[in-house]
Amino acid sequence: MIRQLALRDEILLQVEKPARYIGNETGSIMKEITPETIRFAMCFPDVYEIGMSHLGIQILYGMLNGYDDVWCERVYSPWPDLDQMMRRDKIPLFALESQDAVKSFDFLGMTLQYEMCYTNILQILDLAGIPLLAKDRREDDPIVIGGGPCAYNPEPIADFFDLFYIGEGETRYRDLLDLYQANRAQGGSREAFLLEAARLPGIYAPAFYEVVYYNDGTIRDFYPVREGVPERIEKELVMDLSHAVYPENPVVPFIKVTQDRVVLEIQRGCIRGCRFCQAGQLYRPVRERDVDMLKKYALTMLKNTGHEEISLSSLSSSDYSALEELVNYLIDVCGREHINISLPSLRIDAFSLDVMSKVQDVRKSSLTFAPEAGSQRLRDVINKGLTEEVILEGARQAFAGGWSRVKLYFMLGLPTETPDDIRAIAVLANQIAATYYDTVPKEKRTGKCQIVASTSFFVPKPFTPFQWAPQCTKEQFLEKAYMTRSAITEQLNQKSIKYNWHEADASVLEGVMARGDRRVGQVILKAYEKGCFFDAWGEYYKNDLWLEAFRECGLDIAFYTTRERSLDEILPWDFIDCGVTKEYLKREWNRALLEECTPNCRVSCQGCGAARYGGGVCVEEKGAAHGNEN
Amino acid sequence: MGMKIRIQFSKHGVMKFIGHLDIMRYFQKAMRRAEIDIAYTGGFSPHQIMSFAAPLGVGMESDGEYMDIEVNSHQGGSSVRDALNDVMADGIRVLSVRVLPEHAGNAMASVAAAGYQVRFREGLRPHFLDEDLLRRFREKESIPFVKQTRKKESILDLKPSIHELKLEGDTVSMLVDAGSSVNIKPSMVIEALYREHGETMPEFALLVTRTELYMNAGTDQEKHFVPLRDAGEEF
Repeated sequence: MIRQLALRDEILLQVEKPARYIGNETGSIMKEITPETIRFAMCFPDVYEIGMSHLGIQILYGMLNGYDDVWCERVYSPWPDLDQMMRRDKIPLFALESQDAVKSFDFLGMTLQYEMCYTNILQILDLAGIPLLAKDRREDDPIVIGGGPCAYNPEPIADFFDLFYIGEGETRYRDLLDLYQANRAQGGSREAFLLEAARLPGIYAPAFYEVVYYNDGTIRDFYPVREGVPERIEKELVMDLSHAVYPENPVVPFIKVTQDRVVLEIQRGCIRGCRFCQAGQLYRPVRERDVDMLKKYALTMLKNTGHEEISLSSLSSSDYSALEELVNYLIDVCGREHINISLPSLRIDAFSLDVMSKVQDVRKSSLTFAPEAGSQRLRDVINKGLTEEVILEGARQAFAGGWSRVKLYFMLGLPTETPDDIRAIAVLANQIAATYYDTVPKEKRTGKCQIVASTSFFVPKPFTPFQWAPQCTKEQFLEKAYMTRSAITEQLNQKSIKYNWHEADASVLEGVMARGDRRVGQVILKAYEKGCFFDAWGEYYKNDLWLEAFRECGLDIAFYTTRERSLDEILPWDFIDCGVTKEYLKREWNRALLEECTPNCRVSCQGCGAARYGGGVCVEEKGAAHGNEN
Repeated sequence: MGMKIRIQFSKHGVMKFIGHLDIMRYFQKAMRRAEIDIAYTGGFSPHQIMSFAAPLGVGMESDGEYMDIEVNSHQGGSSVRDALNDVMADGIRVLSVRVLPEHAGNAMASVAAAGYQVRFREGLRPHFLDEDLLRRFREKESIPFVKQTRKKESILDLKPSIHELKLEGDTVSMLVDAGSSVNIKPSMVIEALYREHGETMPEFALLVTRTELYMNAGTDQEKHFVPLRDAGEEF
């Protein structure tokens, strides 16, 4: 088949990495278009290499293309070099497979994985020639639907979307597409379809809801304005992950992408309940995939893609009950086939060190700990069950096993944090270095041990126990980073410790987006019009333009970030039911302030609300194998 | 000890936008998909024994791309070819698979010359291009060409490196030196033609197809160019 590209050779030869825009990859799907075909453009609003690394899109791409009446194609953000040429030459945004204009599609789906992609949503709509505001769209514009973790607080971007899909994508798309087919067959209007869709479980149609505010800017009421549109929207989730769709033939990019490997999602959710972690709440209850299914998929996907690496994916791989069986199987199969195994998010213990020494070069690789907070007190506040003894014992075993590089991840600005908690970061890093010098005799050392401590700034997220917590200001963030740095330079082993910290401006903005309400949408629109996009990329992030946009819209950043919310305030995302109850989140917030840990789901049920789904960890027997570790 | 195999493939259509390094990565994955029993190097991070003859610039098409691989076992040349073609992306075809004698030089070191066909993008065929110009050009004593790189400017005589140059309709075909010592890009020859006529070549004017890569089966004085695949035999 000769494919005609949307971009002329001259353009493709001038842009960086033309392979981002040509499609044709192994695993990409071409279809015949019939009058029944629903054309679905699935977009990750960031550059190709990031978007192509995302498992969720690969799952939905496979699922939607499995339907005879749907052709799902991919769309990513054109990089600024091409963006400029497309605007100059008025080239409409196209989908990779057919190279047809996105504007001619039935649906434009966007996955919302992080807040800093919000201006890229507008770039996509703008380049496609679709009105940026949903209210301005006409009958022949695509239905713009958002999904993914950021859809759990869709309000800041509600004006840009016709629909949001709340929850896991595997369950409700067929129903939505059936409604679309039926409406199209009847010659029904766009609004008629949206209204029908709004009545489907898991689907939120922002146009059919209204918000009323108090004078102080907090929400007074939020309610549907059309009959039959639900007041609350409950998340969708897959209860039987072992029989759910999974991509046997993922698309294999020509250029190197961030996740250039087979990704095997072993489970969804996390039993741990760290209080800062949004994913840990959104994906409750923990549901494992059957180990035999995973073995079968691993083989099939390796065969179909030709990838030379496979990675396990989950929030906490060590908690997967058949991990040992799966890993031993993969080591056996992959060893023969020269395939690398990557095992992220493993707790450091005797088992994981043994496994890692088999799958990686100990001298070249580094060990990762994520204590998140320096002191035990603050780790109790955030419910991170890792203790100092466990970290130091893990480090000792690792150093004895030949490792000499350690990465440590912390957050600054957590609720209740004091200067002592910050200094404890430096002390812990120093103790790990000391452990190295105590464990490894001089003659066996190959040099200094290398400890890299990194801090990010804490951003409170919806549907976490910290959703009511005040966020730090930029100045507070930076002061904390300087405090960390100077505490590290005071340590005995400071020469073995390297310290990195994040940008503070972007963390403040992320905080506004994360807990923003509908009014934030106008700021996003204004910032985009001023030239903001690719905000997740430091070199393109323009903080001054964002500040201008806030000023011009008359919105106060502090209202969204540093303000402590009262427990009875209506939060912008309260109309979404994410599976865990607000009562449970309040309990956890209070326990945090009392510095009390909460046991994980396998030790005892905390009554978070997810048990209503009647599956996953909620129906396992409690106090089993993993019981004593947290 | 494995068996050395030389693979010839073509690269057309949208695949011309995939650069050399990515084509190498593409074939590494394709070998796995096709379940070719390719040999690996030893060490902690083993990699496939695979080497390419000559990188092709982004934007060019080709019928004469070559790579050498080593295999531990195989089911015959045509089954290797078919297995690979079953897993190729549109635009890449495996054209020939031959076994190399044990002491054959590797593909990269063997390359001595390359054949190209150059066409012009619509509306950009130079009006002065005719058989007469090419004849005069071929008969010159020397063809000095100023080569501009990022750091320096150097002068190169194209004359001894152009072995064939002819016009067939709207297509210029040429056989020029290629490889690691002297590598003549077809755009250099066309640019020299423009300069000969006192004009500058417009950007993105050329559509280039590499037709073949050759090795020298003769001597340095009496060159005899044969396609790279001729080093091997059908099996």
